Amino acid sequence: MPTYRPGPVSLILAVLVALFLLLPLLAVIPVSLTPSRMLAMPTGELSLRHYRSLIEDPRWLDAILLSIRIGIVSSVISTVLALCFSLGVWMFQPRFTAALVGFVLLPMVVPPVVSAITLYFLLTSISGMSSFFGYDTWLGVAMAHSVMTVPFATVLILVSLSQLDRRIDLAARGLGASVWERATRIIMPNIKFGIVTAALLSFVLSWEEIGVTLFITSVNAITLPRLMWMGLRDNIDPAIAALSVILIIITVLMLAARSVVVKARGS
Amino acid sequence: MRGTLSDRMGAALLMAPLLLFLLLAYAWPFLGVVKWSVTLPTPGLGQYGALATDALVQSVFIRTLRIALIVTVVSVAAAYAITMVWVRGSPAQRIVAEFCILVPFWISVLTRAFGWVALLSNRGLINTWLQSIGFISEPLALVRNEFGVIVGMTHFLIPFAVFPLASAMRSLDERVLLAARGLGSSRMRTFWTVFVPMTRSGIIGSAMIVFVFSLGFFVTPAVLGGGRSVMIAELIYLRIFQSPDWGLGAAISVVLVLFVGALMAVLFRYVRPKQLI
Repeated sequence: MPTYRPGPVSLILAVLVALFLLLPLLAVIPVSLTPSRMLAMPTGELSLRHYRSLIEDPRWLDAILLSIRIGIVSSVISTVLALCFSLGVWMFQPRFTAALVGFVLLPMVVPPVVSAITLYFLLTSISGMSSFFGYDTWLGVAMAHSVMTVPFATVLILVSLSQLDRRIDLAARGLGASVWERATRIIMPNIKFGIVTAALLSFVLSWEEIGVTLFITSVNAITLPRLMWMGLRDNIDPAIAALSVILIIITVLMLAARSVVVKARGS
Repeated sequence: MRGTLSDRMGAALLMAPLLLFLLLAYAWPFLGVVKWSVTLPTPGLGQYGALATDALVQSVFIRTLRIALIVTVVSVAAAYAITMVWVRGSPAQRIVAEFCILVPFWISVLTRAFGWVALLSNRGLINTWLQSIGFISEPLALVRNEFGVIVGMTHFLIPFAVFPLASAMRSLDERVLLAARGLGSSRMRTFWTVFVPMTRSGIIGSAMIVFVFSLGFFVTPAVLGGGRSVMIAELIYLRIFQSPDWGLGAAISVVLVLFVGALMAVLFRYVRPKQLI
């Protein structure tokens, strides 16, 4: 327990910062209840029409389903690739590990807009060869999202491996376990929390990805953030406010669930 | 332990898929972008020359640097205040602070930018309220300008600024603070002359993260700047999709990567990567 506590000045400043952080999240609630067809504060009566249009308008439903599909596929790709890579690093500690890990982390540190133009180049080049894998296709988006999320998955899995006791792997090896057995029966069961977290984080990052998606889609592969973007730029559609409220509620619930899980694991 | 043939084979087999994937899907196309920058529309370094002389590109560069600097100072200061409570407050204060940091952190950049549109636009919360109490007659221009961009980016980046600060504040030596207080130093004086200098590595790390992020920011400036306060990333987008000049867009990207790379190299001379988490 720290002995040096924040004084009244820090507390007041922290409250102001906290309000600043929460204010825009709260502001979408009244806007989502407006009866107007345009972005406005409700005056008098409230309406749920924008929530209804999320369900009734097929564009929103299609975008949600597409985002889920892309999220699952890209999360599986990046988790599997990150897991194999991290197992290789941990079990064999090859030379040049730092350089190889650094290379894998590049999409995380390079400015997203540069990754976006890079993936735009990739997918437009592929488009010439194959019509269902290139620019503006859902598989192309899933591949691009895997590139962007794989560094995060790798970091999470490497961190959970670094907390693993090497002696259990040495014991298995001394008893004659093969590389495959060590990986699947000794190491992976011990880091399954890290693997699941990596898969979930990859899914979430893909689900909300917009910077790269904007460069590599036009009319066919419209993910949910892409559709939100289209409704934000020109005439602001209050359905976005309704959708934002739902996404914020889901986030709060997930964070609450996570803290319950962490507590349960801790005790 | 390392070095037997089967070990090397095993490592290679496990690590190869990801390395190959990123070589083909990231490194190779990046070289393609570099190639664009020196071949489109005509071969040569013409696009880089244009970067040095084009008034529009330069004004965008200067605006980006200015916004990034302001956002960095404000975000780090704000993050410092809330991190103080998150790391060193009472248990109840910590829970509230953690909630206020993590909820925005996990909400997507688009939703957060939209939240600011809902607050700041002409028919948004603030203008509606100020007009209804008769404080103003015309809505204030709070968005679709640089002010909106700075507010939105600061909001996005505060949680990222928190983590390096928190790690610095957690790991410092309590006894120094106790000694300062014991020797009769006031609260304020202990804070400015002992506590802040001891968290220096956290401040540098967090400022660098925020600054680097701000340079390549796309979504928030595009939504809250409304096309009027264009930053580098949006300029690249416009050069690729609206007034097709792929060579120039690619050249700006290459310069941006080099600039960010140089900044990171400077950062890692002062801060170890582990201190950033």
